[in-house]
Order: sequence, then C-alpha cells, then structure tokens
Amino acid sequence: MNGYRYLAGIVTGSVSLLKGMRVTFANMVSRPHTVQWPRQTAPLPARFRGHIRMLADEETGFPRCFACGSCARICPSACITVQGRKPGDRKKKVAVRFLLDFTKCSLCGLCVESCPARALAFSRDYALAGYRDTEFRTMDLLEGLASPFQF
Amino acid sequence: MSAPPTYSLESTDNGNFLLNLGPQHPGTHGVLRVVLQMDGEYILAADPVLGYGHRMQEKIAENMTYLQALPYVCRMDYLGAMSYSLAWVCAVEKLCSFEVPERAVHVRVMACELNRIASHLLWWGAYLLDLGAFTPFLQAFADREQILDLLEYITGSRLTYCYFRFGGLAADVDDVFLRRVEDFVTGFRQRLPRYHDLVTGNVIFHHRSKDVGVILPFEAAGYGVTGPCLRGSGFAYDVRKCEPYSGYDRFEFAVPAEQEGDCLARYNVRMAEMEQSLAIIEQAVATIPDGPYRARVPRVIRPPAGEVAMAVETPRGELVIFMVSDGSTRPCRVKFRVPSFANLSIFARLARGQLLADALAILGSLDMVIPEVDR
Amino acid sequence: MSISPVTIVCYLLGISAVVGLNAVILVWLERKVAGHMHFRYGPMEVGPHGLLQTLADGIKLLGKQFLVPDAADRPLFLLAPVVSLVPIFVAMVPLPLGETLQAWELNIGLLLVVALGLLNTLGILLAGWGSNNKYALLGGSRAVAQILAYKIPLLLCILTIIMMAGSYSLRQIALAQKDGWYILYQPLLFIIYIVTITLETNRSPFDFSEAESELVAGFHIEYSAMGFSLFFLAEYSYMFIAAALASILFLGGWQGPFLPGPVWSLLKLYGIIFLLMWFRWTFPRLRIDQMLHLGWKILLPLALVNFLVTAGVLAL
Repeated sequence: MNGYRYLAGIVTGSVSLLKGMRVTFANMVSRPHTVQWPRQTAPLPARFRGHIRMLADEETGFPRCFACGSCARICPSACITVQGRKPGDRKKKVAVRFLLDFTKCSLCGLCVESCPARALAFSRDYALAGYRDTEFRTMDLLEGLASPFQF
Repeated sequence: MSAPPTYSLESTDNGNFLLNLGPQHPGTHGVLRVVLQMDGEYILAADPVLGYGHRMQEKIAENMTYLQALPYVCRMDYLGAMSYSLAWVCAVEKLCSFEVPERAVHVRVMACELNRIASHLLWWGAYLLDLGAFTPFLQAFADREQILDLLEYITGSRLTYCYFRFGGLAADVDDVFLRRVEDFVTGFRQRLPRYHDLVTGNVIFHHRSKDVGVILPFEAAGYGVTGPCLRGSGFAYDVRKCEPYSGYDRFEFAVPAEQEGDCLARYNVRMAEMEQSLAIIEQAVATIPDGPYRARVPRVIRPPAGEVAMAVETPRGELVIFMVSDGSTRPCRVKFRVPSFANLSIFARLARGQLLADALAILGSLDMVIPEVDR
Repeated sequence: MSISPVTIVCYLLGISAVVGLNAVILVWLERKVAGHMHFRYGPMEVGPHGLLQTLADGIKLLGKQFLVPDAADRPLFLLAPVVSLVPIFVAMVPLPLGETLQAWELNIGLLLVVALGLLNTLGILLAGWGSNNKYALLGGSRAVAQILAYKIPLLLCILTIIMMAGSYSLRQIALAQKDGWYILYQPLLFIIYIVTITLETNRSPFDFSEAESELVAGFHIEYSAMGFSLFFLAEYSYMFIAAALASILFLGGWQGPFLPGPVWSLLKLYGIIFLLMWFRWTFPRLRIDQMLHLGWKILLPLALVNFLVTAGVLAL
C-alpha cells in the first residue's frame, strides 16, 4: 500500500510538473505583450495625469489664470507659486508668475479640479529627464504664453 | 520604556550567528529588516526591525485639510490604493453624514475590487518569486497590466489613484469603460485555469507551502491578524460582509475560508477571492444606474466635532481609520490601523525553528507592503 | 604516446572557442527563452534580435573593477572562480561532438568527465568560504549537501549505460547506439539523468547555492566584474558538458540521418539545454531538505532498481 502511494506520488507529481511546462511553453509561443518603447508607445488615456500646464485664453492668448491662488492653497505639497497683476484696462487680474515645483508634486490633480477659471490641464508629457533638479524646481508654466505686460 | 535591543553582527559564542535579512534583500519586498539568529539554516529567533520607510503619515494627515490628505493615504499601500482612499472618504462621509449617489457607489465597488484583483495578482507573482519561480511574476503582470490600464482610463493614474471624492467620484465613467471591464472579467475567468496549472497543482509548490507557517486560529485572533491570513486559519471574517460599507451588502459574494492555516491555505483563499471579486465586479457592471456621480457637498469640509472609526477590507486585511474632528477644517487626530503591521507581528512567532527558505515563503505568504507597515 | 606542444595549443584554442561561444549563445538563448515565457522579447537592441547583447555585457564586465572584500580570505577568494572554470577545459577533451571531432580519444573518458564535474562544487565551496559572507557561506555549504544527494544516482545512471555499452570510452558508447538510442531502452533512466544534471549544474529548481530570493546571490554574492563572469562562464560550460554527455549517453551522440555529425551533436545538446532552461523558468525552487529527499529516496532507489533490472536482463 505504501509502495503504491510512493509510486502514485511520483507519477502525479510528474504530471503536475508537465502541466506547468505546458503553460510556459504556450506562453513562449504566444505574442509578447511588451511595447518596445521608445520605438513604440502605448496609448495614453484621455485622463492621463501628467504635470500641470497652463491653458491660454482663446481670444487674447493670455493665460486663463487670474491668480486667485486656490490651486496653491489646495496643493497638499505646496508646490505652486502664483502671482497676478491687474492690467490697467481690465477688471480681472492676470497671472504674471506661475511656478510649479515639480520635485514635490505628487500628481494628485487637486489643483486642476479646484481651478475656477479652468486654466489648468494635465500635460501628456511623461518622459521628463534633466541634468539637475533645478530644472524641475521652478517650472515656469507661463512660458510660451502671451502676456499683457510686455515692456 | 525599555531601550531598543542592540545587535552585534559578530558570531555569538555558541556557534549561532546573526543574519541581517534586509533592509535590502529581494525576499523582503521593501525596506524591511529582519535580524535572524541562525543555527546553520535553522532560525532560532527572528526580530523584524521596522521604520526604514516611516513617513509620519498620521501626523501629515493631521496637518492637512481633509481633502489634501487624500493623495497621501493612497501612498501607504500603493498596491491597494483604492481601498485606502475609499476608507478615507468613507470616514469623512460618515463624520459629515454625506450621502453618496448610487452610481458612485457602484463605481467605487468596481474600482476597489479591480484593485483587489491587481493586488492579489502581484502577490501571486511575488510569492512565487520568493519560492524561486520567475515566470508567474510576469504572467501575473500581463493580467495586472490590463487592470491598471482600466483604472488609468478612469482615474488617469496607475497606482496612486486619488479618484474618490467626498460624496462621490472625481469623474464619471463611460460605457467604454464598463464594456472593457466586462471583457476583462470574461477574459480573466478564461485565463485563471492557466494560473492553477502553472502553480496551484504543481507538486513542488505543494511541498513548499503545505504545513509551512501554520497560524493557529487562536493565534490569528490574538495577534490581530486579518484579511486572507485570518481567513486561511478558519475564520470567515471579512469586513465587507460583517460590517458592510460602501454598498457591499448589495452584492452577492462568498467569503472563502480554509481551515489549515498554512501558506497553502492563504494561497487558496486569495485565489478564491479573486473569483469572488470578479463576481462582484460583474454584478456592479450589470446593475450600475444612471445618475449623478457626485453629491453636492460643501467646498470646504468642516465636519462637526466628534470621532469616527471606519473599517475597510483592503486586499491585505482590515484597515481602520480612526479620526477625531474638532470642528475645524483639519482632523484633530488620525490613527491608521493597518493590516500589514498586525500581520507582520506574527512573523517572529512563525519563523522560529524554520529553515531560512521557509521563513521567506512565510513572509511572502503574509503579503506585506512595507511602506504600509512603516506608515 | 607523445603529443606535440602545437597540438596542445590548438586543442586549447579550440576548446576556449567552444567555451566562449557556447556561453555567448547560451546566455542569449536563456534570456530569449525566459523573455518569451514571460511574454517579453528578451534582448532586442544589440545586434539582430539582441544576438550581440552577451558580448556587450561581457565587455562591460571586463571594464568593471574587481573588488576583493577586506574581510575575505584573499587567496581562496581569487582561486575559487579559477577552480570552477579550469576543469572544463580538461573535461571537454574526451567529448566526441562528431565522427572525427574529438580532441583526444580516452578509454576512460566518461570517468574523467564525471570526476571533473565534481570540481565545480569545490569552486562554489571555496567561493562561499573565501568570501567571508554569511549568505555566501550558506550557499557554499548547500552546494556540498547537494553533491551528496545527486552524485550517487548520477553514477548509477552512468554505470547502467557503461554496462550496456561495455566501455568507458564516450566514443564507443555513442557507437554502441548505432541501432537504437539508449533512451528507447531506458526512458526512466533518461529522466533520472536529466534531473541529476539539473542538480549538477545548480539550476532551478535546484539552484540552492545561488537562491536569489533567499541568499540574494549565494556563493557569488561578493564577486564583481571578471570573477562574476568566470562563474557565469563556468555555469554555462558545465551545462554544455552535462548536455553533451546526455546526448552521447542516451541519444547516440553525433549519429543521425542526413545532417553531418557535429550538427546532430549540437542539435541534441541544445535540445537538452533548452529542456533545462524550460525547467528553470517553470518551476519554483525546492527546499534543501526536499532536494535531499528527492535525491536519496526517489532518484537513488529508482536508479538502483533500474540498474539491477538492466543487469538482470543483460545477464539473461
């Protein structure tokens, strides 16, 4: 009886090993799932949360931000600095300084949600790399946008 | 308070030696350090040393408004982040008596269960990695990746979601997402037998996990072990069933439990749980109503003074958030009772007298997330 | 019998080429097999389908600093990789990879190869002891426990074959299988042999002395640069030898229809190596006591019964 169990154990054990080997072999001949970045890229979902960026007003081309500061207040990591000024002929302020300390940002997206002007959006830029951390300590989000305060 | 024990890494007199397992070791899955007193390959005593990843999560939460702390709680258990944000928002909702729309409840349950499957899949792979098999890890990743894609589709993030808000969700889900979830559920059901073929039936795996690291029922209760580890020891205790929260009482599911209390029992419980999670997701997709995804809640959360305890079943066990409010915008005191910490506490007892290889198998079967232990 | 120095140099060059090329190909093959079993591609960037990846890695390793820990036993530490590698050059001498492709026909070739296979464990033990590292020491002592468990079944397998072929010469053993490979007569023995060579080459599911998840890297935890690559080279060369032996003992060596002998040799040999890789990427590791159980209570009795039955049949 014991001898029978001994042999049966060996046989069932070997069968279970063969089953496992069948799975890995099937894996081997199936198509790999890898996306060969950077030659190929995986699609980014529409809601992808990258670092934030400033949107421009469609009419004027100025930043939409009117420097209310609610994003800076809600940010858990205090990584947003915003300053605004009133152009002489307008009622609302316009941002003159909007700095993001990306080294602290945790990409939670609370600032985008809290913005009353809908001035912030997520960028789709994920391959960020730099040579020094200062490049990301003060990311100027107003760069490339027009400003009413040209000298 | 007694002084912390000091360790000398020199050999002790009687031929035993101390072995530092970690804080950098592939078997500890993070910055856990275990000081082992060894006699050859046998472990005489194990002493986990914690705190390498301590981030003062509780204190941080006390210095933040309720909303600001939300991204932080996700970072405690990065594999079950959904359950953590669920616990946080539910605690605040309970404190403020907010109502949550039906649609949001369904999406929350769906997201949490998807996250639970993803967490169990990663555990499945990592456990087998501890046992020395590499292929399961990446086989599990192939399916886990699909879940992360799904969650990224609705939340925009892959691990630390920060998707739930007080009174609902950050954004609604669309039909494309629901259809993709359905596809995933059917696809994953078909692929599950391959997991069992590769590992569950494997004779080597059986030898490595059966009768190894047995947690007796009274010990499990005494050490405060929860989650699959407790259910592996014969208690069918699941917060989702015992104190239903976030609408879990609306869904039909079983609480799998095993009697043996060994690594194999914990393994079987988790495998069965994945199937139950699939069933819950299926029901949630089938019965999701139309309607608002977010209730109207005040912009500034100022809960009435009082205290609340919210228990949630994370993939690792029972998480309790205890919160005291003094009526201001910030919590006065926050306490996280995390499952990994309690589950780790029994490790010293389980590892005693075991071989080194078994100790790592036991550590793997407890499914630890070290930042959660350290908070 | 005298051999000219020129011949010896030629042998050495040829064997070095085999050792080097084999390692380059096997490392690449292993990574490819592993990759595809994991739904990945494996190396793709250096050369077509990453063929030159190993070469690039080798050059990188050459350029790295070879560190000797202060606390290490310096002579032993330096000697260990050499002890692992050198026997390979000798063990390859009697291996016939073709009708005429053999460095030196030895009438005790099989014995020589098996005996030199033992030295690998010595290298591991030296490395484990000389590193003066607890993980390394555990790895080294595991290797010794392991050798006791697999060497006897392995020798019983080989004895059975010797009995059937009536010769210790690898060439004669291969030639004795002209009419039928021994795997047809001895399928069980072949399985036992494959398991023992998995043990001999320290490969998963028996990679105790390395045991990444337990001992981090085991015996070679302290080795960097060339020391590490020598161990790597030795591991893959032992695989080559073990597989070549298996193909000669059970699959008729170089003999086969249509294709030239060396091609058949390499086909069979790499087929067996693929089998070993397949094991590695499928199974979890056994525990050390379970390996001893397997060696002493399963492999040994089976090999012994097989040996006795074969002896009985041959006597009749």
